[in-house]
Formats: sequence, C-alpha cells, structure tokens
Amino acid sequence: MLILGIETATYAAGCAIGGHEGVLAAAHTTKGRRHAESLVPSIEFICAQAQIDLGEISVVAVDLGPGLFTGLRVGIATAKSLAHALAVPMIGVASLDLLAFPVRYTSRLIAAAIDARRGELYFAFYRQVPGGIQRLGEHRLGTPEDLASELVASGEEVLLVGDGAHRYHEVFDGLTKVELADLAVAHPSASSLVQLAHARALREQFQPGDTLQPIYLRKPDAEINWATREQR
Amino acid sequence: MASDPVVDLAPSAPILGIETSCDETAAAVVSGARTVMSSVVSSQIDLHARYGGVVPEIAGRAHLELLVPVIAEAMLEARIESRDVAAIGATYGPGLIGSLLIGVSAAKALALAWGVPFVAVNHLEAHLHAALIEEPDLPMPLVVLLVSGGHTMLIRMDGPGSYEVLGATLDDAAGEAFDKVARFLGLGYPGGPAIDALAMAGDPTAVSFPRAMLDQGWDFSFSGLKTSVINHVRRHPEIDTADVAASFQAAVCDVLVAKARRAAREIGAEGLGLAGGVAANSQLREAVLDACVADGLRAFLPSRAMCTDNAAMVAAAAYHRLRSDGPSPADTGAVPGLRLC
Ligand SMILES: [Zn+2]
Repeated sequence: MLILGIETATYAAGCAIGGHEGVLAAAHTTKGRRHAESLVPSIEFICAQAQIDLGEISVVAVDLGPGLFTGLRVGIATAKSLAHALAVPMIGVASLDLLAFPVRYTSRLIAAAIDARRGELYFAFYRQVPGGIQRLGEHRLGTPEDLASELVASGEEVLLVGDGAHRYHEVFDGLTKVELADLAVAHPSASSLVQLAHARALREQFQPGDTLQPIYLRKPDAEINWATREQR
Repeated sequence: MASDPVVDLAPSAPILGIETSCDETAAAVVSGARTVMSSVVSSQIDLHARYGGVVPEIAGRAHLELLVPVIAEAMLEARIESRDVAAIGATYGPGLIGSLLIGVSAAKALALAWGVPFVAVNHLEAHLHAALIEEPDLPMPLVVLLVSGGHTMLIRMDGPGSYEVLGATLDDAAGEAFDKVARFLGLGYPGGPAIDALAMAGDPTAVSFPRAMLDQGWDFSFSGLKTSVINHVRRHPEIDTADVAASFQAAVCDVLVAKARRAAREIGAEGLGLAGGVAANSQLREAVLDACVADGLRAFLPSRAMCTDNAAMVAAAAYHRLRSDGPSPADTGAVPGLRLC
C-alpha cells in the first residue's frame, strides 16, 4: 500500500510518499508561499525520486487544517482531484495532530499551536500514548494569551510546538514550565502525514473524497458581520 | 497568423474545461472547440444573495466542495471516461485568487494523474470564444463588447488569440452598475436580471439619464450614471421604479452600442457581438441586433447560457491555446489581475 500525503496548512508546504517501508520520498519547503505553483511539480519530483508511478498510489492523504485558508484549499483541491482521478480513497488528518506527532516522545503535555493570523492561534493539547498521540479535546481558536493562561492553569510541564508559538514567543517565554520546541518541527510535515495516514489505512479508516472538508474553525467575515447585524 | 499548430489535436478531441474564477463552479466537455458534449454550472447565487454581492471567502469554500462532483457530472453527461480526455483547461485569471486557485489546482492534479496536457486559460479570452463555439465561421475582424459584473471592454478580434482592447471602463463595470442600481432600488442580487425584468414594464424615455462620453474615445464610465439615478430617485421618491429601471438600462445600452458601432465602422469590422454576463440582457441584445441591421453588420449573440460564466468556453479556448502555444507549465499559478493582452 502506497500513500501520497499532501500538506499545505501553513506557509510551509510539502508532499511525501510512503507505506509499509516508511516514508520513501518527501519534499518540504518553508519559504515561498507559492503552494499552487510548487505542489504539482513537487509531487512529480518525489514520485520520480522514489521511482513510483502515480497509478501505484492506493490512498491520498491530506492535511485538513486548521491553517491558512488559501493554502488549505490548494492542498485539498489537489488531493481530492488526484483521489478522484486515480479512483482511490482519502484520509484527512488535522494539522495540529501532525505538529504533535513528531515530538511525541515525552511524558510532558504537548501543546500544538498554528498561526491563525489576526493575533490568534489554532491550538490543541496532546499526550503520548503507546504507538502515537492522543488529542485532549477539540481544536480551538484563541489569542496567544488564552493559550498561555491555559498552559499555566494546567500546572504541568508543557512542550509547546508550532509556528504560532514561535510568532508569539514573547507571550510564552516567561512561563517556567513551558519549553518551546525548535523551528525545525514548527510546521506540519507531509512525512508525519504519511505515517499517521498509514496507521489509519491499516484500520481501513478511509473517507470518500466528497465528504472531506477543511477544518476552518473561523467563519467567513461576511457571515460574522451578518450574524452581528441580525442580533441588533 | 495561421501558423502550424504547436500541438496537433484531433478535431474531435474531448477537452475538459474548468471554471472557478468567481461564483460559478463549472465543468464542461467540448470536443474540438465546437461540440459541447456537456456543460455543468453550479451557481452559488443563493449563497451570496443576502450579502448583496460575491463574498470571496464563501465562494472559495463552495468551489472546494462542489468542484469534483461538478467535474464528475460533466464527464458522466458527456459519456466519456478519463482515458478519453485529451487535455484539461482551467481559468487561471482574472478573478478571485482563492477561487481561481481551486480550479487551477484541480486541473493540474487531474492532468498529472491522467497524463494529459494542462492548459491555463484566460477568462476574458474564454468569453470571446463563447461566440465561436456556436458560430465557428464568424467573419473577422469583429468588434466584441465584453460586458460582465467585473469587466466592460470593447475588443477588436481578428481570430483566436488575436485581440486588441480598444476601450474599457474607467470606473464601474456595466454589470456592477446594474448591481448597484438594483440594490438601491431594492431589487436584490444579482441586479442584471432583476432590472431587465422590471424594465420590461417601464418607459425607457421616462428619465433622460446622462450618456457619459457617448461620442468621445472608446472608454466607458458608469459611476456618474449610477449617481444620477440615485439623485433622481431621491428627488422624485414617487417615481415608478419600472420607469427608473428602463431609463437606466436604456442609458447603459445606448452608450455600449453607440461605441461598438462607431468602432465597427472605424476598423471596417464584418460583425459586432456580445460576450459576458451582461450580454444576457434582453434590451442590449435587441439594441445590438438593430444596430447590425442598420449598419449591415453580422450580429453574433451567444445563447444566454454561453454569456454567463461557464466551462464550455474555457474548454474551447483551451483547444486553441493548446494548438498555438502548447501545454502550460506544471508550476502555473493563479493570476487574479490577468489582462486579455
Ligand atoms: Zn466572466
């Protein structure tokens, strides 16, 4: 079983291909923000490097966010179209899960935070469990200060990971029990996506492409304005 | 101009077209730029109506949900399999960035998976091809009025790929003026069809609204007209709305058609035609027909479904672009401010 993973939830973007033997080829970039331009050439590149024909892919996995809307749409439109064209099932994984997964070898509480722009973060909490991670509660949207006060309130040692944590590091720097994981793991990775999707594929947790939706967490501005106008 | 094609396509090669530049999610299969095998348009009008215009973020979300099912439906209606598709064309501009990216990304992914060429299509050029699908033997040169919610352009067309923009709007697009006046009159969104329908019951000579720059140059201006409609109604609140709609519409049509006629005369055009969403307006169609009869020009008016955004015109434009320029590179992105030429 071969899985193609597509990840475009932050200004970084990547794709990876792999299966039982682990990740066979991957391409990641954290500079440029040209997801639409670079994604298809990157997929062609990793297939060539791993000497795999696209027709051999049996699952398309994609990062569903939360994250930057435009990036997500490029990745999800590409993934849905590939899955449709190849007639294979899909697996969607949340961006914050992908951040927590590579830093799971710790007994600390893991907090993953992605920059949501406008002074806000998407965040969630995780704990290591045998063979992976477990999310504690829902993905949320809040200010860095909201997250900081929850970290303090937990009373626990925390490993904080993600580009959102780096952007607002001054909010977290003074917290004695919180360590900020470094920039190398600050973006969701397509390799983690392939690994997580592989575990789900073994349990046959597939999703038909037409039911797959991004995790937005934020309504379009027009809808928010409309709702407040209606309430008056 | 008639050089050898870069890519030799069978005249019957089915091309899949994808259109997501604004608020219509569309896919179509056209064989050889002439025969429309299917054309599916999923309109988001209902999603945007209560906001009085297209909301980019809502459009982006809807395109992402609708596009693959719309493509699947277009292929099903055309009764073709993926192996029959010869190429895939998608609009890459102009339009809303978040919407364009979805169509471009989907088209490149399908092209990669099926091993066929991807062609980036200019939405404005696609509108010009709408007429050619239905009347492939139109005599050139032509003067085309491309009028929609986003564009008002007077174009000289000498053949596929050969265009010159003679004039454009200096402020509001014609369709935008329709939307704004309709909103002011409380007619809802979209404004074009609402004013068109109401104007049928009104007197177009009731109010003599200004015809801006009627005899000067090739450019248009509609913001003054919109302001004078608003001022007039405020001064005469008792006026019949149907008369206002008819008089406003007459002013828009007069300016558009007068300039197009003058352009046709000056360049010695063989024909005069319409493209774009506002080309579905019944008075404008009538005015163009009358002008062509009077001036001995051939008129071409695409069917209403071909005037509004659709993917058949994208597939037709892709056919010609593929022949003249070959496939587009895999690192093509969206260009929201793309120009015709
Ligand atoms: Zn259009």
